[in-house]
Amino acid sequence: MIEFQLDAGSGVATYLQLVQQVHQALQLGLLKPGDQLPTAQQVVARLAINPNTVLKAYRDLEREGLVRARPGQGTFVVRTLPRTDPVAQARFLASMAEWLRSARSAGLGPDDIEAIYRTAFRDCFAEGVA
Amino acid sequence: MNAIVETGAVGKKYGRQWALRDCTLTIPAGKVVGLVGPNGAGKTTLLQLAAGLLTPTSGTITVLGGQPGTSPAQLAKVGFVAQDAPAYARLSVAAHLRMGDWLNPDWDGELAGHRIERLGLDPRQRAGSLSGGQRAQLALTIAVAKRPELILLDEPVASLDPLARREFLQSLMEVVAEHGTSVMLSSHLIADLERVCDYLVVLVASRVQLAGEVSELLASHHRLSGPRRDPGTLPANQEVIEASHTDRQSTLLIRSDGPVLDPAWTIRPVTMDDLVLAYMSRARDAETSRRPGLEVVR
Amino acid sequence: MIRFAWLQARTQTAAAVAVLAAAAVLAAVTGPRLLHFYDTVVATCGPHNDCASVTTTFLSSYRLLQVILQPTLLVLPALIGAFWGAPLVARELETGTFRLAWTQSVTRQRWLAVKFALAGLAGMAIAGLLSLILTWWFSSIDQVQLNRLTPGVFGVRGITPIGYAAFAFALGVTAGVLIRRTIPAMAATLVVFTGIRLAFSVWVEPYLIAPLRVTAALVMPTANGPAATPGASAIKAGDLVVSEQVINAAGRVIGANGGIGPNGEIGIQVTHGTPSLRGVGACPNKFPPLGGGLRGSGGQPPADFNAAVQECINRLGVREVVTYQPLSRYWPLQWDETLIFTGLAIVLAGLSFWQFRRRLT
Repeated sequence: MIEFQLDAGSGVATYLQLVQQVHQALQLGLLKPGDQLPTAQQVVARLAINPNTVLKAYRDLEREGLVRARPGQGTFVVRTLPRTDPVAQARFLASMAEWLRSARSAGLGPDDIEAIYRTAFRDCFAEGVA
Repeated sequence: MNAIVETGAVGKKYGRQWALRDCTLTIPAGKVVGLVGPNGAGKTTLLQLAAGLLTPTSGTITVLGGQPGTSPAQLAKVGFVAQDAPAYARLSVAAHLRMGDWLNPDWDGELAGHRIERLGLDPRQRAGSLSGGQRAQLALTIAVAKRPELILLDEPVASLDPLARREFLQSLMEVVAEHGTSVMLSSHLIADLERVCDYLVVLVASRVQLAGEVSELLASHHRLSGPRRDPGTLPANQEVIEASHTDRQSTLLIRSDGPVLDPAWTIRPVTMDDLVLAYMSRARDAETSRRPGLEVVR
Repeated sequence: MIRFAWLQARTQTAAAVAVLAAAAVLAAVTGPRLLHFYDTVVATCGPHNDCASVTTTFLSSYRLLQVILQPTLLVLPALIGAFWGAPLVARELETGTFRLAWTQSVTRQRWLAVKFALAGLAGMAIAGLLSLILTWWFSSIDQVQLNRLTPGVFGVRGITPIGYAAFAFALGVTAGVLIRRTIPAMAATLVVFTGIRLAFSVWVEPYLIAPLRVTAALVMPTANGPAATPGASAIKAGDLVVSEQVINAAGRVIGANGGIGPNGEIGIQVTHGTPSLRGVGACPNKFPPLGGGLRGSGGQPPADFNAAVQECINRLGVREVVTYQPLSRYWPLQWDETLIFTGLAIVLAGLSFWQFRRRLT
């Protein structure tokens, strides 16, 4: 069974951290369909966080279609996440590197580049961020 | 949604001092409520009013729809863990559980015994020789096993070492997860509250400064930094809680109903720490300006 | 709540029961022998003409036990007040355990009522049982000394200790509620209880039932024997003399305890050759000549002089009024005092409950 960690100082909301850890576990193959997620009781007994946080994370995962809660039994994984295609990853890495090179030669410094990136990222995933 | 604690301008005065005044709250059920503020702010007073150990000097308070402390039925609905978890030094752990059994109609002896066993407490050990953490766990066990709808805890972990503190909060959260009990706890350690609370009440100088769901509070407050600006020039729907300025730069913590659209600002999310500290210092500044200043006579 | 109250009071109850048991054992072992001695030797001393010596031997038997037992019952009510009553509320307030006790499903009024009733009644029972043991054990000694009405003995026999225990306990609880700290409350209880008990036994106890008065002749002490008991015919052994006052012919009080005037003596003075009773007036009778002065042989005035003084007293109408409680009133007095102290206990209980409700929120 997966064991959650909490990075209290990261600035990322707790429930999001739980969702991300489930995503990562699914991608790494640590969680497979049919596996049970730890109960809210088990999670909070280890992490000392609010049970509603766990429930919220599990609800989000259920909305994404990755898990399903079976009353009286627990929450179970129903679908796995596709592993990121390494070929596609390499392709995007290459185009990213190209873009960075041209930004730098245009005179943009690291902070400018980061600001541009963050703005674009935010606009793109506007729904997904809390 | 029903409220577990509802107060109407409730206040408590000792002699000439107001320990709590003009406190109006509507706290929803099913939450873990954090009561935060400096020492002497009125946290203990509010909790003891809710537990029925104190009666208000002014205003009203109802807990789970009833007057606190007035009847056995009312007392049975509320569990209380006082500061430093007082216990009868010469009675054993088991004797304390017997007390719980005899004095509470809905006592769950199996739950109590199970908890004691899991916590590794020796039933025959006298409460006087327990460590602070063990005593806190015993007090929590007694409060939980009476199957209340609400548990009130007054600085339950203030005097505990970090490990005992963590274990206590784990235990408390487990109780909430298992039984759905509403919890109200006070602390001046914001880090602990940040982990466990989903509703926050900030008390400073005997008054409520801020109250609300944590997620909503964090979403409606922002940290703004940008070029030096007079806070008065901000739009009306943005309330400045705290402002600091250098000659070139201003950093503000604001509360806003809507999004912040001014591109001059760099917006950062607030943490509970930022939030509480901002409201605490605002309250303190208000207190000092309320008190008459000293005149310098030349 | 009752079971919990017992659980909390375990130790103090055990201590009290231990004391009671010890007293019972000592009494059971030595009591029958004491009674036997009395029945066989002291009661039959008359015909043997050895009453004085037999009585002395009897009264000194088990002396140590007498010295231990009686004071135990004397201090018991005060100890119950200080150790059972004062800490009842004060201890919980001091240690903070009231925040545990009063947030269970029992109202604090019920909490106090049960603890008060349980410990109060237990205290009364302990005092009653100890008094029973002592009254039985001392019964033959009391028969000899005939002092059951005296303040020192009256309060450690019969049912009066029950009243004292109730009062001391209620006083202790009240002190605890008002003072809120255990040690000061204990001290206050001891001081106030002792003060009231002493004051009561001196100023109220003899007058619980209006004492009887008898007017008797004022008899001068003779050279040969002790002063005759005033009003000897009316006052019996065992009765408690409350006061002796000397009155003149008109009935005005002119002295006390067999004397006249502030110094309480009977004096004859001779003015211009006429003897007169100092503080009263001239003696109408004739006095023998005082050849050798007022001090005859042996340092005492001569017998015929004394007789003349007595005649002067009688003829001037100087008499004694003795106020006393007959021994036959022993039980009515016991009941009166016990009921008064129990009544005071109930009043204090009410006071403590009222202040408990009012102050501790």
